[in-house]
Amino acid sequence: MADYKMHLLVCGGTGCKASESEQIKENLLAEVERNGLSGEVQVVMTGCFGFCEKGPIVKVLPDNTFYVQVKPEDAGRIVSEHALKGRPVEDLLYRDEHDLPISDSKHMEFYKKQVRIALRNCGFINPENIDEYIARDGYAALAKCLSEMTPEEVVKEIKLSGLRGRGGGGFPTGLKWEITARSVADQKYVVCNADEGDPGAFMDRSILEGDPHSVIEAMAICGYCTGSTKGLVYIRAEYPLAIQRLKTAIKQAREYGLLGQEIFGSSFSFDISLRYGAGAFVCGEETALIHSMEGLRGEPTFKPPFPSESGYLGKPTTVNNVETFASVPVIINKGASFFNNIGTEKSKGTKVFALAGKINNVGLIEVPMGTTLREVIFDIGGGIKGGKKFKAVQTGGPSGGCLTNSFLDTPIDYDNLISAGSMMGSGGMIVMDEDDCMVSIAKFYLEFTLDESCGKCTPCRIGNKRLFEILDKITKGLGTEEDLSRLRSLCKVIKDTSLCGLGQTSPNPVLSTLDNFYDEYLAHVKDHKCPAGQCKSLVRYNIDSEKCTGCTLCFRNCPVGAITGEKRSAHFIDNSICIKCGVCYDKCKFDAVSVS
Amino acid sequence: MNMINLTIDNRPISVEKGTSVLDAAAQIGIKIPSLCYMKLEDLNIENKPGGCRVCVVEVEGRRNLAPACCTEVAEGMVIKTHSMRAIHARRTVVELILSDHPTDCLKCAKAGNCDLQSLAQHLGIREIHYQGEQSTFREDTSPAIIRELDKCIRCRRCEMMCNQIQSVGALSAINRGFNAVVSPAFEMNLDHSVCTYCGQCVAVCPTGALTEVDHTGAVIRALSDPTKTVIVQTAPAVRAALGEEFGNDPGTLVTGKLAAALRRLGFDYVFDTDFAADLTILEEGTELLNRLTAYLGGDQNVKLPMLTSCCPAWVKFFEHQFPELKDIPSSARSPQQMFGSIAKSYFADKIGVNRKDLIVVSIMPCVAKKYECSREEFSVNGNPDVDFALTTRELAQLINLANIDFTSLPDEDFDNPLGESTGAGVIFGTTGGVIEAAVRTAYEVFTGKQLERLDFTELRGMEGLRHATIDFNGLPIHIGIAHGLGNARKLLEDIKDGKSQFHAIEIMSCPGGCIGGGGQPYHHGNAEILKKRQMALYREDQGKAIRKSHENPYITKLYEEFLGKPMSEKSHHLLHTQYFDRSKN
Repeated sequence: MADYKMHLLVCGGTGCKASESEQIKENLLAEVERNGLSGEVQVVMTGCFGFCEKGPIVKVLPDNTFYVQVKPEDAGRIVSEHALKGRPVEDLLYRDEHDLPISDSKHMEFYKKQVRIALRNCGFINPENIDEYIARDGYAALAKCLSEMTPEEVVKEIKLSGLRGRGGGGFPTGLKWEITARSVADQKYVVCNADEGDPGAFMDRSILEGDPHSVIEAMAICGYCTGSTKGLVYIRAEYPLAIQRLKTAIKQAREYGLLGQEIFGSSFSFDISLRYGAGAFVCGEETALIHSMEGLRGEPTFKPPFPSESGYLGKPTTVNNVETFASVPVIINKGASFFNNIGTEKSKGTKVFALAGKINNVGLIEVPMGTTLREVIFDIGGGIKGGKKFKAVQTGGPSGGCLTNSFLDTPIDYDNLISAGSMMGSGGMIVMDEDDCMVSIAKFYLEFTLDESCGKCTPCRIGNKRLFEILDKITKGLGTEEDLSRLRSLCKVIKDTSLCGLGQTSPNPVLSTLDNFYDEYLAHVKDHKCPAGQCKSLVRYNIDSEKCTGCTLCFRNCPVGAITGEKRSAHFIDNSICIKCGVCYDKCKFDAVSVS
Repeated sequence: MNMINLTIDNRPISVEKGTSVLDAAAQIGIKIPSLCYMKLEDLNIENKPGGCRVCVVEVEGRRNLAPACCTEVAEGMVIKTHSMRAIHARRTVVELILSDHPTDCLKCAKAGNCDLQSLAQHLGIREIHYQGEQSTFREDTSPAIIRELDKCIRCRRCEMMCNQIQSVGALSAINRGFNAVVSPAFEMNLDHSVCTYCGQCVAVCPTGALTEVDHTGAVIRALSDPTKTVIVQTAPAVRAALGEEFGNDPGTLVTGKLAAALRRLGFDYVFDTDFAADLTILEEGTELLNRLTAYLGGDQNVKLPMLTSCCPAWVKFFEHQFPELKDIPSSARSPQQMFGSIAKSYFADKIGVNRKDLIVVSIMPCVAKKYECSREEFSVNGNPDVDFALTTRELAQLINLANIDFTSLPDEDFDNPLGESTGAGVIFGTTGGVIEAAVRTAYEVFTGKQLERLDFTELRGMEGLRHATIDFNGLPIHIGIAHGLGNARKLLEDIKDGKSQFHAIEIMSCPGGCIGGGGQPYHHGNAEILKKRQMALYREDQGKAIRKSHENPYITKLYEEFLGKPMSEKSHHLLHTQYFDRSKN
């Protein structure tokens, strides 16, 4: 990038692309050319910046100017003002909570506490240009391994780093590699698990879209350590952009001799091919993933044998998640001690989280292990949307649990989250506010599990169905206190007897909400009330005759004709007709409609 | 031997490395309940999906419970099979299965034979604490098998049999979660699939999800119709298994009681399919010798090896999967169909009964026989040669219905002329039997010499694939034997690749041959039962005065009076058939 004086980085992640970032790039290019700046200003489409809430993002280097919610028609001003005259376009700048524009992204709360290792190149380089990756120490780690280190030394370094599987299980990566390395076989495989499927999670997709070479490089390093010559990326077909960038990256790596025969003139050969998943959540489980790759039904099988001993086509196979791989080149380049100095005692390094739900800064972040939930949600995430009260955060997706206020100061690591009744999972973090009904939330996750269970084992196939039915009954006001104890008892059996991780963790959202929000459950079954006002069967809409002006707006919008009343006089809702859609509540300008 | 020491229910035990917790416990008399798990020892059949979770046990130091069927023993393991936690989990799992299962046990075809029913009883389930939506699937009726998927518990035994053992591939798991079930692809009907009706899925189904089509009602109607003459034939394997339905030990021969029971049921003539088995040997043996002679005479077009064609599931299998080889099997019809054809021509004439007033019922160890007798080519002007094929189980049902106390029946003989048979006909019911019977006749016809020994032990056994060479007076005849269609497939692939060295091959679809047929009393995963039935047939053979098909006097008479000679034109018309390419449908 040295030849250019200025770089205009346009986010090319799936989210920003859906908001016309491609057009922004085209317009910027045209404006640069029109202003005769082609030799000085480079326009680059990068991976995700993480700050999806305010996308599309355009970042200007070297100034670190961070433009948010840019529209294609803003391209002219960015070039004529900023590039030509050096004056930032103020109204496009990110504004902090006090509505003050921040000109240098380093000062944004969103980025201040982040440490980006796995995401180091996302939003920085053009993922479709291998030279940009190489310019940022890309493939230096692979070169170092092949020329200076024995496979055993590399494994030792990874073990020393304390890196644990980022897909959710948290199994020590170095140990996994060592087991495959020790297994004797004529062929071994390296598999990258890119079957990301948690609701609201997009960590792996962003890494593959923003920095595919880091994964390719790490897979080759893993191949070198474990004695594997073939790598496979199992990626869901719903990730077309990630697939396209991965394909481009593999092609470029082959052209540069970084994949293929005798890499860097060594005796090590390695190549990668892609396998597409049809979007089954259970295929994130490694044995199910392997069966799916083999052309069989995506169903888990009992472990042992572990894939490290007998995996793809019965051969020793190392299966690691995208984020795990993306951290590897940094560990090799900077040394295990760089990595293990970050984090907590048993959880080293950083973790990527996808922030979603009722949070101001929806997006992708990477923080050191040990950062508290409070820092993540309130400092980086900017707190709760609309100034509402924080109620809970669900970590670990459908396998995790809902954590409340009392856990806000818990440092995030694998073990703390498990003892809090949740889990790390792959990094989805969904924030809930006071308007969320926790019974409904538990039901939502169960519904997801129900759809995604493979149906092989009884507890997951039928047990989760029964859990869902009990929850459904409760949200309809038909539950009893006995249902609550039945719910808990069934949860425990499902956890205790399910075949794979999906079933063993699927009751977690129910158990954790039962533990942390028992009163809310009780309100549903004893008083037949939904404190959050979310369970439609349990709420009533009323019009306050004092406040109602008779504007008729509610009357005109009610889809079922449940509202009656004369113009300029108070209106009424007939609850026997009302379907509780909430339109009247949303439409009323005088705060006259209330929910009880 | 590498031994592992562990403790199960406070009892120390030392077992071989690689043993499962389930098997280890069984060694010291601890019977952990299981449901989806099934193993047929020595037949290489094992179903171990680890899906039902009934056999879960508590392993000290382990976070969750372990399925005993899939968990290998480890040094120092401490296992509790009946802790509160294990019992509670096991009962809950069974309650969950029951919560998605019709509770129509009183009228279920599998009542009394249902593994789920006995398990619920075993665990003392008296209440189902979790109620909710139940699976509802369309019932699928084919010519031989009924699928009532509401009763499917997803043990996957049928899928394992259909794919791993039979290599048919008609059944597999479809859908996800609560809707997951085992079915032909796209939930198509079984009769549109490549199903061979071998019935091994029925044989292993623990519940009433897979059963045979019930023809007992039709047979009762025929028996009570005064205008009909109803005759019955009974296959060799039936006599070695029927007793089990009445509390006899496996392997008890009930030939005499069987004949007596059929007579009391009201059949006008009680005949034996073994007679037709002898007839098959004459036809098929002659065909083999003809092909062999032509081959030795240098005929390049002759098709060898010749494959047996007694088994209807096997016939349907190659029609679907190897249509290009359809000239290789013998053109001889199966004994059931030869019997029907002779009964409705030769015998009908003899007793002066019009074909349409003669009803032929067969008692078969098989469900595919129901399909076979419905094949169009085995009928004359729409009148089938065999009207109804009942399974061994259906016969037991009929016997009960007719208030017959089976065990106290006297031994009686079959009627003549179609009831006389030789030891060769009897052993048709086991793997290796057809080819042994064929060798006994072919040797003597080919060499013109008398055999010195009749027991060809080299052709016997339970190995899935066997081969032997029999010396035909200096000419080595190479013989192959396969039971289980997966094993048959291997031999067919060799033939296709031109690698087969065999002159003759016997194929039976069911593991063990007809003794392990899909219509036999349920073996509940106990392979010993199959072995005992096999031994029973060899015993019966040994005890027969005549043990070579060509020496059956009634067969000789049949040729003299009616057919002329084997492979005659009349034989071709009545006793042989053709095969169809079913690869497209």
